[in-house]
Amino acid sequence: MKLTGAEIFIECLKREGVKTLFALPGGVVLKIFDTLHQQKDIEVILTRHEQGAGHMAEGYAKATGKAGVCLVTSGPGMTNVITALADAYMDSVPMVCFSGQVPTSLIGNDAFQEADNIGLSRPCTKYNFLVKDVNDLAATIKEAFYIATTGRPGPVLVDIPKDVSMAKAEFTYPNSVSIRGYNPTYEGNKWQIKQAAEAIMKAKKPILYVGGGVGFSGASQELLELAEMTQIPVDMTLMGLGVFPGEHPLSMGMLGMHGTYEANMAMHYSDLVIAIGARFDDRVTGKVSEFCPYAKVIHVDIDPTSIRKNINVDIPIVGDCKTVLRELNQILRATVNGEQKDLRKPWWDQIREWQQAHPLTYHQEQDGPIKPQQVVKRLYELTKDRDPIVSTDVGQHQMWAAQYFKLAKPNRWLTSGGLGTMGFGFPAAMGAQAAFRNRLVLCIAGDGSIQMNMQEMATAVVSKLPVKIIILNNGFHGMVRQWQDLFYEGRYASSDLGTTPDFVKLAEAYGAVGLRVKKVGDLDAVLKEAMETDKPVIVDVPTYPYENCYPMIPAGGCNHEMLLEDPPELKKKQVGSEKVTPEDKDTVLTA
Amino acid sequence: MEHIISVTVENKFGVLSRVAGLFSGRGFNIESLSVAPTLDPSMSQMTIVTSGDERIIEQIVKQLNKLIDVIKVVDLNETEFVSRETAIIKVHTKDADRAEALRIVDIFRANVIDSTPSTYTIEVSGDPKKIEAIINLLQPLGIKDLVRTGRVAVAREPARPVAVQTKKVARD
Repeated sequence: MKLTGAEIFIECLKREGVKTLFALPGGVVLKIFDTLHQQKDIEVILTRHEQGAGHMAEGYAKATGKAGVCLVTSGPGMTNVITALADAYMDSVPMVCFSGQVPTSLIGNDAFQEADNIGLSRPCTKYNFLVKDVNDLAATIKEAFYIATTGRPGPVLVDIPKDVSMAKAEFTYPNSVSIRGYNPTYEGNKWQIKQAAEAIMKAKKPILYVGGGVGFSGASQELLELAEMTQIPVDMTLMGLGVFPGEHPLSMGMLGMHGTYEANMAMHYSDLVIAIGARFDDRVTGKVSEFCPYAKVIHVDIDPTSIRKNINVDIPIVGDCKTVLRELNQILRATVNGEQKDLRKPWWDQIREWQQAHPLTYHQEQDGPIKPQQVVKRLYELTKDRDPIVSTDVGQHQMWAAQYFKLAKPNRWLTSGGLGTMGFGFPAAMGAQAAFRNRLVLCIAGDGSIQMNMQEMATAVVSKLPVKIIILNNGFHGMVRQWQDLFYEGRYASSDLGTTPDFVKLAEAYGAVGLRVKKVGDLDAVLKEAMETDKPVIVDVPTYPYENCYPMIPAGGCNHEMLLEDPPELKKKQVGSEKVTPEDKDTVLTA
Repeated sequence: MEHIISVTVENKFGVLSRVAGLFSGRGFNIESLSVAPTLDPSMSQMTIVTSGDERIIEQIVKQLNKLIDVIKVVDLNETEFVSRETAIIKVHTKDADRAEALRIVDIFRANVIDSTPSTYTIEVSGDPKKIEAIINLLQPLGIKDLVRTGRVAVAREPARPVAVQTKKVARD
């Protein structure tokens, strides 16, 4: 029997196990929406903006490990989803985006709502397809899911012209895919793995540096075994948080620009860096020429281009983290003995010394302004037993969340790392909530970034996605203000947001619940109330506006040269600032 | 350092822009690029002349390999190779210059492929040094137009005696 392109589209999605589609209609995709409307297997979540649809698909993908799927229309629909595609590309999120296109006969004619979708998305997708013939549609969708989810995952775009969704063809879904130019390497080179094992046995000051790749490959268990067996401390990247238990005694927490003191010091003074599924981003390396000056580097990554892109690698291993770690563990199991513990005792003594010297710190006064770190810390302590999924936007609040919310498992952490997309957190949390209706999903946001996709509150209310948003409201683009304080002599160019809007009323206007924490003493009670509400909630927490995020390695600085607190001249200046209220002055002096 | 990279790609629309976009997006340099279908019409062969230090060339090769439409990448500088470029040069030639132009054509084993009372159109092929040399010699006559194809290159076959090869096959 012949099916229309729209019917073929739905049949393909069903065969790929897609349950949820984040979508926004428009002229050229109406046939697809009409067909979706007449079936019950795939839930369509209507978003209020295509960027929201894209981030929801990302959140869905990060929480489930499966490809997230979104559908947008041509022209502005496509241009709106670009940010999400670029975000997914930077953070290797498996995602398939379907875009509508004007009829094939009109392509190139500057038709209404026409855009060169393939040209626009080329630099921010792993691959993209224009389907010109309905007979190619099924095979193309199969290839799209295959490319998005294999190797180093990433977003794939399928552009479907209107006439293709309306034309009919015989439907057959291919069982397998073979693309001659695309054969990701999963097995690591055995000789290299052996070299790595030997280096690990000999190292006196080794450090594991693990990233998001460990999560995508599902290698957390193998990583835990490796770390425990060899007693090597574990540094996590921002994207890697949760792939190793945050409370584990071997965990050093996050490294990089706002990483912990011990994580960065251990990296700098290590003699063997074992990088797994991480890509030596500039936020991690700082000054490349002085990065890990004493270390040999082992780098495991499925993407060969990640290896030796930023720094020199001594033992490169191209392969899937899980497969490589299994093999490495097997070799080490046979060779590891008590000697390593003695060999590395001075290293651990040093690390414990660093940990004690400069733990993460902030000062919360009983009746002083609320410190943002305190909010994240209490949120973590109050919710950790419920195994929540946590999303963030981008900025200071993101770094505090990364520092204080110690995730125990992978697929719980939704954050925009590579692209640093403000407005990511809320829709991403909704995507995760759509996948897990009964789980607790938190979104830690700033008052600046939440406003970048606030419109999705309508989606959350209508589609019953009870995400809990905690806004660390400091009236500033906080990270911008921090840089202005540190590097631009405190001139707050366009970083002061004022106190609008009233987030409580805004939540209520959408039909959600709005709560506000007025003083530190109320924090626990309000957070608990929010967690017990079954609707979407905004918890507005006005926080101390001038709190800065430390430790901090200034951009291009060296990993062992961290700022640990406000420099003296800044402390003095803040006291003099007319914006600081008398109560605040005390806090600054004692901070 | 200059490298010649030979890239086998799918012969379909959009592939050239993926390759060109990769170079421009990552700030890699292209000195010349030539592309044409291979014996198998489903594939095209690109010859890209680029330059960069060792790490940049490594990244170029890896990034090209990462493209899904790229089937094979060979950095020809890692082996022995032969390369050729063709130039078509239109030269003003009057009176005595016509004889001089033909002498130069002769020296370089070039061909005159079109002629008018006041011009010769000359085709020459060879390595870039040879092309540069003939351009230098023709320049005093007055070059009206010049087009170059960019280089194409292929790896040399290892110069092994046939008999040895046969023997090896027999042993296998």
